[in-house]
Amino acid sequence: MNKKKVRYAKYGYFFCIPFTVAFLIFSLYPIIYTAVIGFTDLKGLGMTDFHLLEDPLRNFKTILANPSFREAFGNTVVIWIANFIPQIALALLLTAWFTDRRSKIKGQGIFKVLFYMPNIITAASIAILFKALFEYPMSPMNDLFMSLGLIDEPFQFLMNKGIARAIVAFIQFWMWYGYTMVILISGVLGISPEIFEAAEVDGANKIQTFFLITLPNIKTILLFTLVTSLIGGLNMFDIPKLFLLGGPDNATLTTSVFIYNQAFSGSYMYNRAAAASMIMFVIICILSAFTFFLMRDKDDEKRAKRNFVAKPSKEGETAK
Amino acid sequence: MREAVAVKEKQTNKAHGIAMKVVIYVVCILLAILSIMPFWIMIVNSTRSTTEIQQHAISLLPSTYMMNNLSILLGKSFNPAIGFLNSGIISIFSTLCAVYFSTMTAYGLIVYDWKLKKPFFSFILAVMMIPAQVTMIGFYQMVYKIGMTNNLLMLILPAIASPSMVFFMRQYMYPALSMEIVQSARIDGAKEFRIFNEIALPIMKPAIATQAIFSFVSSWNNLFTPLVLLTDQDKYTMPIMVSLLRGDIYKTEYGSVYLGLTLTVLPLIIVYFVLSKYIIAGVALGSVKG
Repeated sequence: MNKKKVRYAKYGYFFCIPFTVAFLIFSLYPIIYTAVIGFTDLKGLGMTDFHLLEDPLRNFKTILANPSFREAFGNTVVIWIANFIPQIALALLLTAWFTDRRSKIKGQGIFKVLFYMPNIITAASIAILFKALFEYPMSPMNDLFMSLGLIDEPFQFLMNKGIARAIVAFIQFWMWYGYTMVILISGVLGISPEIFEAAEVDGANKIQTFFLITLPNIKTILLFTLVTSLIGGLNMFDIPKLFLLGGPDNATLTTSVFIYNQAFSGSYMYNRAAAASMIMFVIICILSAFTFFLMRDKDDEKRAKRNFVAKPSKEGETAK
Repeated sequence: MREAVAVKEKQTNKAHGIAMKVVIYVVCILLAILSIMPFWIMIVNSTRSTTEIQQHAISLLPSTYMMNNLSILLGKSFNPAIGFLNSGIISIFSTLCAVYFSTMTAYGLIVYDWKLKKPFFSFILAVMMIPAQVTMIGFYQMVYKIGMTNNLLMLILPAIASPSMVFFMRQYMYPALSMEIVQSARIDGAKEFRIFNEIALPIMKPAIATQAIFSFVSSWNNLFTPLVLLTDQDKYTMPIMVSLLRGDIYKTEYGSVYLGLTLTVLPLIIVYFVLSKYIIAGVALGSVKG
């Protein structure tokens, strides 16, 4: 068997050639190119020639000192946190409800389908839809608040920095809590039913079961959700770009929108945009390194778990 | 006495359980409304005239101005037919590239033993999370230099290298494809490439279907890369077309803006409801696998 495998080894390389070639051209080369541009004077529409700067770190210094970049980074983090905390809280709550073994919730299928729906819709369309919903003077939200008697005259929602940020965070929350919920539910369903039965026998109530059994068992998935959401959040582009173009007064400017504006509008500062991209790249690399170890552990853990509980878990199901 | 207490406890427990259930259903129904409402308002307003919308922006019942809105919408730069065509071409071909070559790479990683296999797989895990955004400046410069901006191929070919999909396919293939089948095909004289195409690919069908849906959707919804690369109006994808609705030319045409949005959103909603079972299952599967 081993001898045969050795003879076939070259095919392993053959099968991975298309991936490798495409990766080298479309990912690795652009990464290196971006990094190089960060150290040069490349700017201006349609320019491709560049020279290394005398002070190679000048672009990085300029970017780090740039108040808009700092503001954009701050906004990105704030909007991400304001979306993630309610998102994970609601997803956990719904997970607890939907996976509760004692009170079977009916209609879970349709609820899941509806909660997940915003995630599949084009973010560009959602951004413009929400702009239309909050428009001044006449828009559905103004109409709603006036009909409810909450405000007497139309309110300029989109001119208020705090509200604008809150709406962006809300859109992200609204688009992603269903996704997070589906993932967490599948994580909970992967826990061996025996553990829950044992907790029930020991007289644990629902809240105890959730905090002492469910949460610790989906720790890895929670961490994974946190890290992927953070990486996604750091690259938030479509919603802030099309909702209010980063306004009002830079309130919804995120780092991705900042990078796009630097490179593809105004004076086409490819070099500064590249430097900003590299700063984000380093941050994301650190976060991916974290996930990388996380998943490697998870993989081993899963294999061990599968071998251990495969049979009993099935019996537990039929017994119920 | 003790029995009475027990019965009473049971009753309060039961009442408590019912109250809890009511809370759960109310919250779930409210969230469901929250998911539907923005789209419902959008669809209804796409049939109403600008004057109607200005008088009352929320209405649950449609009006009769859809054709009117449509003619205003199409009279300007918004061209849904071109958007659909370009997005369709890009999404279909990039999805085909992604699923075929990712399965192929996963096959190379599972069926064969080669020296660099482990480092290669670690490498895939390491680069999985790198988003396209941070490499965009270099990518744009490269594409610009070879004069390929406005060429849809530049939005299709990068899909050949989709690290996260390779990871998923490998996780799925590992238990699904037995080496005995491959060995016996070899004994029958089948070439390696044919074994992959005729034996491995069919086995991978469920995983391919799931991944194809997500690949298609993310490609269809992608705004960033097309926005950077495409400057020619005839090459615009759907999300770029949508971004035109933000422009000044539609400033007062509320009904048309809603109609434009509806044209981009409604097909997705319909497809979503048809495939929702598989999509939800796919999301759940993706989490377990990756």
